[in-house]
Amino acid sequence: MNYSSYIALIPLLPMAAFVLLGLFGRKYFNKSAGIIGTGLLLISTVLSIYTAYQYFFVDGKVGDTYQTITALKFTWLSFSDTVSIDMGIILDPISVMMLVVVTFVSLMVHIFSLGYMKGEERFATYYAFLGLFTFSMLGLVVSSNLFQIYMFWELVGASSYLLIGYYYQKPSAVAASKKAFIVTRFADLGFLIGILILAFYGESLDFNTIIQNLTAQQSSQFVAITSASFIGVSAITWGLTMVFMGGAGKSAMFPFHIWLPDAMEGPTPVSALIHAATMVVAGVYLVARLFPLFAINETALSIVRIVGVVSALFAAIIACTQTDIKRVLAYSTMSQIGYMMFALGVSGNGGEDGLGYTASMFHLFTHAFFKSLLFLGAGAVIHLVHSNDMKDMGGLRKYMPITHATFLIACLAIAGVPPFAGFFSKEEILLAAYNSSMIVYAIALLTSGLTAFYMFRLYFSIFWNKASSPLERTGGEAHNDHGEGTFSMKLPLIFLAVCTIGVGFIPFGHFVSTDGKVLETPFHLMFSIAPVAIGLAGIGIAMYLFLYENECPEKYSKKLGGFYRAAHRKFYIDEVYLFITKKVVFNLIGRPAVWIDRNIVDGLMNGIAATTAKVSGLIKGIQSGKIQNYTLYFFAGIGSLLIVFIYLWKQ
Amino acid sequence: MSEVPLSHILFVSTALFFTGMYGLFTRRNLITMLMSIELMLNSVNINFVAFNKYLYPEKLDGIFFTIFIITIAAAEAAVAIAIIINLYRSHHSIDVEDATEMKY
Repeated sequence: MNYSSYIALIPLLPMAAFVLLGLFGRKYFNKSAGIIGTGLLLISTVLSIYTAYQYFFVDGKVGDTYQTITALKFTWLSFSDTVSIDMGIILDPISVMMLVVVTFVSLMVHIFSLGYMKGEERFATYYAFLGLFTFSMLGLVVSSNLFQIYMFWELVGASSYLLIGYYYQKPSAVAASKKAFIVTRFADLGFLIGILILAFYGESLDFNTIIQNLTAQQSSQFVAITSASFIGVSAITWGLTMVFMGGAGKSAMFPFHIWLPDAMEGPTPVSALIHAATMVVAGVYLVARLFPLFAINETALSIVRIVGVVSALFAAIIACTQTDIKRVLAYSTMSQIGYMMFALGVSGNGGEDGLGYTASMFHLFTHAFFKSLLFLGAGAVIHLVHSNDMKDMGGLRKYMPITHATFLIACLAIAGVPPFAGFFSKEEILLAAYNSSMIVYAIALLTSGLTAFYMFRLYFSIFWNKASSPLERTGGEAHNDHGEGTFSMKLPLIFLAVCTIGVGFIPFGHFVSTDGKVLETPFHLMFSIAPVAIGLAGIGIAMYLFLYENECPEKYSKKLGGFYRAAHRKFYIDEVYLFITKKVVFNLIGRPAVWIDRNIVDGLMNGIAATTAKVSGLIKGIQSGKIQNYTLYFFAGIGSLLIVFIYLWKQ
Repeated sequence: MSEVPLSHILFVSTALFFTGMYGLFTRRNLITMLMSIELMLNSVNINFVAFNKYLYPEKLDGIFFTIFIITIAAAEAAVAIAIIINLYRSHHSIDVEDATEMKY
């Protein structure tokens, strides 16, 4: 089966939606923009599911190994015979999986937004941006080379910027969008350097060629990249670490995570799509894409592992103390991506060792469903309550039965309660960590307990906690006129809830593994006792503290004292950044640079201009406009020429 | 009757030339300046004729040049007078000091 006949349509249809709605949307289709965007994306979704079916069940396998298929490839920029930049589409297990995830979640978000964003003035613009984002993300996952992935990487960054700043009248949204852009941009600088290093030594931009060149122990490229070094670290470690820096920026890993909580200023469905399910896992995807390279370099892999573990634990602690429901979810996302990262970090390449890789991709897959479900549920709650803060909520279960049920399913999934999706994927990650290192396993276990605790803190605070709902307390019956939301808002919740229950049973190791072969992931009953017990304990504590309104949470947070306050203030990371940028960078780099610019660069130019003006002022008197002066000069000239030629110019 | 020596004639033409130059520099009236230029041209004519007659009496080159110069001078006078008339129309004066538009 030839994929190239339709594969390009998958990213191009959302692009078409972007162009159409971006150019003509506000004028002609402001009402129908949602339907147009959703319709085009629906076709894309169907095509990607068909592609996945074709790839996984019909012709992706040769023998017992999944092949990497180049479905489309053309040279985009040709610099010389050997150096060129291609554009292409490759299909391998992870890119096909991502195609399905991105189109499906994006479709759910498109449908949800039909109700959520109804009546917005820039409705068409919103759908145009969503189309742009979906296009870029799809382009990113099918990229066949480093340069192409970098371009789409920046495009998702730009569309994320546009969507976070969608409510551009709000100063906080503008600040958040700038922060997201600048922080990820800064990390992308590392990515670019990494690309240049890898491409320089790998002598190609193409993923397959680079991996082939740099993993073969005898190849000249491998020898070159391992023997070249900079401050005692070999070039390959530098390259991979720099690439990982870009991935960490996009995936909001510590210490580049600061933009993610603020990015919650965007519309909630956008948070579900970009900042939970798709864009933020791009970093994980990137590491997975280059995994054969990471696997041969222990240093780079251990950086991935450490950053992942630290982010997972760190974010989980902060999430326990936040009161803005979207921020809790944002930190939870960061924590779960930390899981995916360290799962890659503990993985080996090939065979049984590759369990971490499979587990990471599996968690990415399940996380996309339950986290977007959580965000969309939170969106429905915010739509009803018109507030992000937990203390404005409570007792909502009677008002929004469907949201309540689906939210509960998602919370159980993320807490790792069987038989929901999160249980299976987290189980595999923990197993991979257990096989690799006890410390990582212990931290991961602790984090999973914290995860259960903060998710159920969130759940109880929204739907239980108070006897009466906020709507009754404020007498806000007027709020209640739209009830739980339109049908278009409930439908995605139900779809995603079904997926959240179902996808855990997919034997993921059969499809995605490091070497393309089937990886059996046996289910150990004994092993899963500890995580489930810890998860249930977390739920129990949350229930004790938050099921009904009581004094306990207050009391315990007082007891924790300084630690609680530090966690509540997000461990002062933002302040540290502000200090570094304002006090150190501005004073030591910014100000001298400005001084040099103003005084030396500008001064040079101004000096040249001023000198010219002065000289011309001095000599302009010659051009007096008086004809007799001119004749005088004329005769004086002739006179002096005569003197020269008659008396001085002797042979 | 002894001939007038060449140096006397050259003396006259030089005097004539510098008289014209002096007039060109000092007079502010355009017509007077034009007349001064004519004086200088005529001093050159005298030179041409004198050299022709005294040094190469068998040739006519100098005389031809003189005729050329007289013709050109006539044309030049016509053009100059036309310019002066136009200047007078626009500035109501033929004083060179009054026409300084082409200043820096």
